[in-house]
Amino acid sequence: MKYLCLICAEKVMEQMPKTEADRQYEEYREFTDSIRASGHFVDCNRLLPPSTAITIRVRKGKISSTDGPFAETKEQFGGYYVIEARDLNEAIQVAAKIPGASRGCVEIRPVANDPQTLDVLGLG
Amino acid sequence: MDDKSPQDFAAILEQLYRNEFRRVLATLIRLLGDFDQAEEALHDAFKAALEQWPQQGIPGNPRAWLVSVGRFKAIDKIRRDARFDALGEIPEDYEALTANPDEASDENLQDDQLRLIFTCCHPSLSPEAQIALTLREICGLTTEEIARAFLIAPKTAAQRIVRAKAKIREARIPYEVPQPEQLTERLDAVLQVIYLVFNEGYSASSGTELTRHDLSAEAIRLGRLLMELLPVEAEIRGLLALMLLQDSRRAARTSAQGDLILLDEQDRALWHRDQIAEGVILVKQALSMSGFGAYTLQAAIAAVHAEAPSADATDWREIVALYDVLLHIYPSPVVALNRAVAIAMRDGPDAGLTQIATLIAQGQLKDYHWIYAAQADCYRRLGETAPAIKAYQQALQLAQQEPERRFLQKRLAELRNK
Repeated sequence: MKYLCLICAEKVMEQMPKTEADRQYEEYREFTDSIRASGHFVDCNRLLPPSTAITIRVRKGKISSTDGPFAETKEQFGGYYVIEARDLNEAIQVAAKIPGASRGCVEIRPVANDPQTLDVLGLG
Repeated sequence: MDDKSPQDFAAILEQLYRNEFRRVLATLIRLLGDFDQAEEALHDAFKAALEQWPQQGIPGNPRAWLVSVGRFKAIDKIRRDARFDALGEIPEDYEALTANPDEASDENLQDDQLRLIFTCCHPSLSPEAQIALTLREICGLTTEEIARAFLIAPKTAAQRIVRAKAKIREARIPYEVPQPEQLTERLDAVLQVIYLVFNEGYSASSGTELTRHDLSAEAIRLGRLLMELLPVEAEIRGLLALMLLQDSRRAARTSAQGDLILLDEQDRALWHRDQIAEGVILVKQALSMSGFGAYTLQAAIAAVHAEAPSADATDWREIVALYDVLLHIYPSPVVALNRAVAIAMRDGPDAGLTQIATLIAQGQLKDYHWIYAAQADCYRRLGETAPAIKAYQQALQLAQQEPERRFLQKRLAELRNK
């Protein structure tokens, strides 16, 4: 089963001193290597800061947009992993080792796997 | 052929259902991997027993029979559904279902109950959902009983259970006992749920029935099971001791009319000595282990009461000291109130009133009936009738449970007749 692990933190890489960011990049390299080796890895990436975000809505065929993320919270999404895990307990064990979990938090969401979703999305 | 009448079988089966349904259900959940399917299979199995046993006699191992029949009934259903399913797919775990593991060995059944406990108390479920699911699936309470216990609408309780089951299925919460390295943290949630179950049995939160022995016995049984599996965890021992020591006073805490009798007025000859002896040993063991906490300390306090030959001979100095430690590691207003009552016993009602006034002023307990009852008791002991009556009336307004209300009314009547 696939789980999306959304990493939430108060600061993303761009918002911290370079030495601190370099240290965190190294931690992520180590973690990502380890889940590649263990077979849990499916996909991952880092998100650019919320200041680069735009939120759009389409109403009556017209796009309306606001700058920034749709949720104004202290914590922000900084990146994600998609992992393959046997069950939620295994997903928790893997996600707990994401470096961001020790600073911010990680939301774990099961990824849908039902026939309709797979068919609609052309993933089947 | 058996010479028992259908009525006999119905009675035997009912007894068996009460004793076995939890264990059979826990194993069926493992075998079928689904709560709802397992519940259906459980009912099918008991229905089959009712039909077949009068002719064929009761099997040597009824529990194994029920598990096996329940499983095959479920497999039949899966087969039938698969036939009508457009995709004609047979579930991937079908092989596992039709294999014939030693599914009903005692050891496996015990493990299944633990798996069920840890699944029902999984941290991804809300605390409310954990409790509702545990009471429903492990203790067999009805949705209505759960609703009553927590003063919520039956519909709300039912929704909590349905949502929890859906989450277990959809997020794939496994049916397993946590790995040793996660066990301690996962255990806290389990202990909390067990103690709530015990309390539901020991003192229902509202209504006329003050004690529901089967639930408390179930909680104690769960405590024993956990202790057996995790003998190094001090708090399991502490919780088990606490439950045993509280349960030991069961016969003494209500009168024949169902009225509440407070600790100092209880007939200590009615206290269950075997439970006290076991509780005291467990407390001593827990206190000598590393990692003891709030349950162990509460049990230690209960043990001081249990070992006092009379109310007057209670070692209040020791009890206040234990409350001091408890309040330090577990700062709760209710613990603070109990400590205030102990101080009133050690130093006199005046000292108690000062403590209670501070607690009322802090606000967290302003709707808690026992704080006014404690205040009233201090006034009563000082002979100050008017403020005592006022405080008892306040307590009465907030109390919900019938026996507690009758107790407060009795105290009020005594004061008014002076």
